[in-house]
Order: sequence, then C-alpha cells, then structure tokens
Amino acid sequence: MLFFNDRQRLHKIGGMAALLVATIGLNGPALAGTLVINTDTSDPAPKAAFETAIKGFQAEYPDVEVKWNVFDHEGYKTSIRNFLTAEAPDIAAWYAGNRMAPFVKAGLFEDVSDVWLENGLNDSLASAAPSMTIDGKKWGMPYTYYQWGIYYRQDIFDKLGIATPKTWDELLAASKTLKDNGITPFAIGTKALWPTGGWFDYLDLRVNGYEFHMDLTAGEIPYTDPRVKAVFDKWSDLVEPGYFLENHAAYDWQEAVPFFVKGEAAMYLMGNFAVDLFKSGGLTDSQLGFMQFPEITPGLPKAEDAPTDTLHIPANARNKEDARRFLAYIARPDIQSKMNATLGQLPVNRNATRPEDKYLSQGFEMLASAHALAQFYDRDAPAEMAKAGMEGFQEFMVKPENQDRILERLEKVRGRVYK
Amino acid sequence: MSASSPAQEGHCPPALHSSGADIWRRNQRRLAPYLFLAPGAIMFAVYVVVPIFQSMWISLYDWDGIGEKTFIGLANYVELFDDDAFYTSLKNNIIWLVLYMLAVPAGLAIALFLNQTVFGIRLVKSLFFFPFVLSQVVVGLVFAWFYDPGFGLLAELFKAFGTKPIAILADEDYVTYGIIAAGLWPQIAYCMILYLTGLNNISSEQIEAGRLDGARGLSMLWHVILPQLKPATFIAVVVTVIGALRSFDLVSIMTDGGPYGSSRVLAYYMYEQALSEYGYRMGYGASIAVVLFAIMIVYISIFLVRMIAEDRERR
Amino acid sequence: MFPTPVARLDRRWQTLYKLALPVSLVFWLLPLLAVMLTSIRSAGDLAAGNYWGWPRDFSLVENYTAVFENSPIGAYILNSFKVTIPTVIGAVGLSCLTGFAFGIYRFKGGLLLFFLFVAGNFVPFQILMVPVRDLTLKLGLYDTTLGLVLFHVAFQTGFCTLFMRNFIRALPFELIEAARVEGATEWQIFLRVVMPLMRPAIAALSVLVFTFIWNDYFWATVLVQGKHALPVTAGLYSLNGQWLAAWHLVSAGSIVAALPPVVMFFLMQKHFIAGLTLGATKG
Repeated sequence: MLFFNDRQRLHKIGGMAALLVATIGLNGPALAGTLVINTDTSDPAPKAAFETAIKGFQAEYPDVEVKWNVFDHEGYKTSIRNFLTAEAPDIAAWYAGNRMAPFVKAGLFEDVSDVWLENGLNDSLASAAPSMTIDGKKWGMPYTYYQWGIYYRQDIFDKLGIATPKTWDELLAASKTLKDNGITPFAIGTKALWPTGGWFDYLDLRVNGYEFHMDLTAGEIPYTDPRVKAVFDKWSDLVEPGYFLENHAAYDWQEAVPFFVKGEAAMYLMGNFAVDLFKSGGLTDSQLGFMQFPEITPGLPKAEDAPTDTLHIPANARNKEDARRFLAYIARPDIQSKMNATLGQLPVNRNATRPEDKYLSQGFEMLASAHALAQFYDRDAPAEMAKAGMEGFQEFMVKPENQDRILERLEKVRGRVYK
Repeated sequence: MSASSPAQEGHCPPALHSSGADIWRRNQRRLAPYLFLAPGAIMFAVYVVVPIFQSMWISLYDWDGIGEKTFIGLANYVELFDDDAFYTSLKNNIIWLVLYMLAVPAGLAIALFLNQTVFGIRLVKSLFFFPFVLSQVVVGLVFAWFYDPGFGLLAELFKAFGTKPIAILADEDYVTYGIIAAGLWPQIAYCMILYLTGLNNISSEQIEAGRLDGARGLSMLWHVILPQLKPATFIAVVVTVIGALRSFDLVSIMTDGGPYGSSRVLAYYMYEQALSEYGYRMGYGASIAVVLFAIMIVYISIFLVRMIAEDRERR
Repeated sequence: MFPTPVARLDRRWQTLYKLALPVSLVFWLLPLLAVMLTSIRSAGDLAAGNYWGWPRDFSLVENYTAVFENSPIGAYILNSFKVTIPTVIGAVGLSCLTGFAFGIYRFKGGLLLFFLFVAGNFVPFQILMVPVRDLTLKLGLYDTTLGLVLFHVAFQTGFCTLFMRNFIRALPFELIEAARVEGATEWQIFLRVVMPLMRPAIAALSVLVFTFIWNDYFWATVLVQGKHALPVTAGLYSLNGQWLAAWHLVSAGSIVAALPPVVMFFLMQKHFIAGLTLGATKG
C-alpha cells in the first residue's frame, strides 16, 4: 500500500537536485492498465465493501491492475488536497454537494458527464444528480447514501408511556417527561463539532424549509435574518431546560453512545451509520426505534439530510480510461446492491436492491417521500463557513445567551466567505 | 551526500594538478570553514531560512493551497485585526507565556528539594525528570483522561468533596488552564534538571562565606544562590518561552482548539486555517505565523544579544 | 551545598525528608502510574466502572498483544525508527562539520552565520509549515519518511551546531596548532584530531535528538498522512480515535510509544542531561 512504487520514488530522489522541476512529468507514463484508487474507507464495513467491489472489477477486467490505497478517514480530508495536486490517483473518494466545489473550481476533478450519459445514469441516479452537478456538468459518481433522523429507545418510551413525537410540541412534552424521570432526552457529543450541524440542518429544514436552507448555505441569506434567529429560538427550547447531554462538548459522538445504550439518554439525532455502534453496544431491534424529525412549521414540506458518498476522477489522473470504466461499474445496480449490503446503507441507483434492515427500510421510505434531500451542513456550506458555523452552534449549545453575538460573528464570516 | 565536498577537497591528490594544489595549500585555511559549513548551511537555508521569507511572501496572497495565488497586499493582516478568533488565540498565548513561567520557580523548588545526598536520590531525580522524556501526545492523552468529566481522576476528586465535576476541557473558562497544567508537568521537569545541574556547580566557599555573614534560608537563596544560578535561570526562561509559544501539540491533542475555539493558540490557529479539515487559507495562515514569528523575534533577539555579550567576554 | 544537607539536621527532619521523598514522587508520577495500571487492566474491569481501584484481574499480556495485533502500531514504531535514526545520523554528522567550522576558524561572516543557526532554533514551526510542505510535495517526498528526515536534519542542525561549536571551543586549541605544524590538512585535523575528542558530545546530541525527533508530532501531521510513513506519535493520536473508551488499549499503546526514548534516557542518562543542561553552568 505504498503511495508511490519504489521505482517512482527512486526517480524522485534522483530528481531532487533539480528542485523545481515538475516531477510528475519526469516519471514517464504509468504502466498502462494500472488503476490507482484512493479511499478514506478505514472503518471495517466501508473497507470490506470496497474490497469486494474492487475484486469484482478485477474479475471483469483482468487486464487492469488495481492499486488501492486506504487512508485514515479523518486524515484523508487533508491528504486529498495534497495528492490531487502532487500525485493524483485515478479514482478518489469524496463527498457530494458543495464539499466538492473547491476541487471542481480549482480544476482538479474531471468532468464525467459522459459516463452518466452513456450509462443512462441521469435516469437511474436521478435522485443524486443535483448534488453531483456544478455548472451543468457531473463531477463524480455517487454510490451510497444514508438517512439522518432521531434514533430513540423504544423500551424507555414504552415504559414512560411516550408516543413517538410527530410535532415540536410533542417532542418537547416527551423531553420533559424524560427529564422529569431523570433521563437526559438527547445524547450528543459535540467535540468534533459536526454533530451540531445535524441539529441546525433539521431545525432549519423544519422551521424555514429546504429552499431557505439551501439559500442560507449558498450564502444568500444573512445569519442575522429573523428567520435564522427563529431557528435558534426553537433550539433554545431544548438547550435552556438542559435536554441535551451534559458536558457534550467533552465527548465525540461515539463517546456519547454509551449514555444512550445505558438508557441514561433516550434519543440521538444521528446518521444511520450509528446503528452499528448502538447494536454492538447491546441494543436490539426492539429496544431501538427510528423516527423522522418532527414537524415544526405546520404544513411545510419535509426535506431530509441524506449525505451521499462519491467517487471522482482527478484531473491529473493518468489512467482516465480505466477510471471511467470503474465509475460506470460502481454505478451499476448489482454492484451498488452488493456494496450497500456490506455498508448497511442505501444504494443510490434506483434499480438496486436495498439491504433488509429495519432502519434502512424506514429510512428509504422517508427519503423516497421527502420533499428534497440536503447533504449536510458541512457539505452544503463551503468549508470555511461550515467550520465557523458549527463552532457557533456548539457555543450556542453551551451558552445559549450568546446567541446574538454568535449570529453576528457568523454574518461576518459569511460576508467574507461568499465573495 | 552531506560530507562529500570537504572530503573530496581534502583528499585532492596534489600531484595531479600541481598549480591547483598550490592554490589549495595556500588558501586551505581560508577556504576550509566555508567547505565545512556548506552542507549544513545549505540544508538549513533551504529548510529554515528561505521558508521564513516565503511565508512572509505567501502572507500577502489569498491562496487555498490548490488553485492560483491572488496578491492581496496586507489584506490578510487587516482581516487579522478584526478577527475574534485571532484575539482569542493571542490572549491564550499570553496566558500560556505567563503561566508557563511557573515552571521556572517550580523547577527550582523541586531542584532544591532534591539537592541532597541520601540513599537512592539519583533514581528519585531521574524519576522526577521522567515526564520530560514522554511525548506530548502521551502527556496530552494522559491529562485528557485525567480531566474526563465522567470517570477521570479529577472527577472522582470532585465527587469525593461532594461537588459536581467540572468538564475542564469542555469549559471555555478552564480549558486553557487545564492544557497549560498538562504542559507544565514536563516543563517543570526540564527546569528542575537545569537547576539541579546548576546547584551542583555552586561554589561551596561562597555558601560558607554567606553562612558566616549570617545568611540562611531564603536570604541565602536570594543573595548567594540565585546569582550563581543565573545561567541556569536564563536557559530555563528561554526554553520555557519557546515551549509556551510552541503549544501546538497539546492543544491539538487535548481539545482541537475547542470548545468553540476557546483554547486556540496562534500556533494551532495557524494550522487550523491553513491545513486542517476545513482550512483552505494558506495566505491567512501564513500571516498568523508571521505574527507568531514577530513575537518570537523579541525573545530571539534577547537571547542573541546575551550570547554575543558572553562571546565577547570569552575571547 | 545548598540547601543544608539533611544529614546535618536533626533526626526528625531526616525522617521527615525520607518520608517526603517517596510521597512526593508518587504524587508527581500519579498520572503515569494510573496509565501503567490501566494498561494492565482488563476490559471488563473498565466496563464495570473500576477505573481507579486496584484491578480485579490483570491482563497485561492480553492488552499488549491486542495493541500489536489490532492496530498498525508496530508499523508506526518502525516508521518512527526510520525517521529518527537517519535524522540523528544526519543532524549530528552535519553539525560536526559546522560546529568544527565555527569552533576552529574565524572567518568573514562567521559570527553572523552562527547566530543565524542559533536563531533558527527558536523559530516557530508554523512559519516554516506552508513552504516546507510545498517543498516536500515538489520533491515528491510528501508522505514519505525521507521527507520528514530531510526537514528534521536541517532543523536540528541549528541546535546541534550551537552545541558542537561550544564543545569544540572548549577543546585545547594547541592540539590543532600542533597538527598544523606537522603539516596535516584541515580535513585530517577534523577527522583525526577533533573527531575522536568529540565522542561525548556526539553521544549527548544523539540521545537528545533521538528523543526530540521521536516525540515530534507537529511535522508528522504536516508532512505525512498514511500508515506507511506515520510515526508513532501521530499514529497513537489517530488510534485514540479508533480505540474510543478502550482505555486499557490507549494506555498500553501510549506506553509502547513512549518506551524507546525512555529506555534511551535511562541507558544514557549522563549524556542526556549533559546535552540538555548545556549552558546551564558557566563553562
């Protein structure tokens, strides 16, 4: 799993004297038929899913030699920027939405609209098409997505006679009952910041709706807008009475899971990938329920967060021909079925079969009838805005009294980021 | 690679080109220092000196590290002065600098405590010094765990006193102090060893003379011992200042600058802006680094001025 | 000697001192002792909430085997050696040359150059970060141990030069004069006369640089990403994310990561301290 093969490396060292020579040019053409794939799939399930997919690809295209580099999930987010410019692979994993915009705009991703067209993907992957499109072109291939929503302790709800909340008031009432019984309503760990993004997304989607949310993340609405303030007012309905896990800023999302598993907290707004950890912590299907985030503004069409993971061809890739074949392969319904069975997530291709699973079935139905799908705050908003935003959300969840100051700060960042 | 050039010159066979050898022989002492210096100096120039100027230059650009650079003059610095996060980092840096200085008297105190000749004292001294050998990553992990509000040793102490544990690393008011406390641990050990060595070399005549003059305890320490420990104090202050300004490791490991950026220091903020998951601002990051460098320059100058003075004394 | 030796004080003080020593030592090393204890605790003990009490059962072998089997920490440690050892050789080697140049000769610009080396030591890493990362990328050495080594060698040369120069200055200059009279070339003087005398300085610098580089975290995160080149410090931090709440493994991993410099320190204590306390006493 070396990043360079040894011959290349020797080349490089030899070329060191000529400091500023563009080394990529020196290396000569890569061996024809070598396909280099870089992914961030360091967790067991995603790793296994790719392993099978790549094996299948090699069986179909025996003349192609695949080199697969697995990066640490978190570290990948910084390394991608290095290898896209320096030592580009032929395929790189990334995310849909605005998260890919910087690479597209810097000319580091290849336009793959042709792959979509030739394989009829504009139809079979239609649901993900908008989040893969920038300037009317497609820039990558989605292969999996998953729902967000509230996972809750069915057993605790039953014991306390709480019905699944459908509206904001019902959610508040349920939270009060739980709190009165010494149970924290919501588990959350905000140390890594991003879990706060899920809360902001859902509150904004339910208070102001999808269109507003997209305009906001696109930088067209000030954070000091009264409609944004309204979102925070709803949020403080939960923060003020202490409905979130105490000291949440000290925990990562995984570290907050034990509170939920032990029954010290009863609900957890999370992506479906968390089910794995809930179950390995000892929760069973009968204890663990899933619900759609309740309605806040009556009658507003419901949109959901459904982050999509994608593969791209870097503009500096050497073997774009085989890379295109691989993208077409990964878009196929049979491959997506197989990969997502391992991932425990939803295939993007509408002709694929989705895994038999209580939460995925529920999630699929929810997403199928959704008004629209958002990617996630840190994928819809540009990186810099997302970072400042989520930091503000975390501060708000600890010190709700700072609301105005936080929003003014975010507005300042917005003024700078979207120029 | 590194040692090759002086080697070749030195072994240059005189018989082969006699005129060249003559020049070499005549000028050998004049040329030798440059040849000895060359490999180290080139490396140092390429990796340390030049990058400093490059950073200054980059700080005048808007650059995301992947696309084109855009020249924006001093705009990064203008923005810096209107950036709350920058001020938070600067404030924390000052807190670090001030509180880190505690390592110096604390190190002295422990050194005085250990400066005895009883059985096993050597082992005790090395064990006291031990934390300095540990990586900051290990120190950070150990202390993060110590502070854990659920089951950390500190939480247990709070519970023992019947109060609710404070989540030190999740509280904007305590977090920086919590990290500094972790950093002080190895730093005190470092200062201690400096003072132990210093104490070892104190002339016993002066101590006896002081005793005859009636100096004892604190007044002895102040009037007789400390003046003699001046070189140790100087080094201790210098390494502590550098340690305080290089506080990146612990912040990164214990909090990532959180909660909501309240434990950031300039070193971490710079990294965050330029290279972290959401950082795409090389130019802005570089301007933060330049400010950090400017602060450090003050200390570097003090150190150099002193070194020059010392050097003059000697030769 | 200051303070007054306890031996000269009365019995009660002596006993008190002998009591205070171990107590303060335990207190001082408490965080470390806790980690050691946890590294041999069983997962069941932790799950049952026994974080600080005496372990109910010990799983020293299990935990340490688990650390090596379930994680790439073995590879990380190997990477650390691949970075540390060449750096020690490179930095100490280069600084023997530079230290010799500054220590023996007086030449134009010499003092200025020397101060540049010294000042470079104190430079905040951040001001080097972006250009050094770019340079490493351009050399094609990003994400390789060699990329890290080259930077470390260059940077450590600053500190080592200061050390070597001061050491060489303290050598008797007559030796060099005598060798010159006998017609030795400058290179021969360096190799035959000065180098053999520099052994203690080389030893001291080697242990010191070894520890500094082994414990480096910043550059490991800036210049390296993947498992194939990540040193153990940065590796340990990424494992911490993977071993959430598995404190027995985190502890065992920490100890494994800390071991090489600790062993080095205890084996070479005298040199280590000699290196660190350079300048703490008037020479």
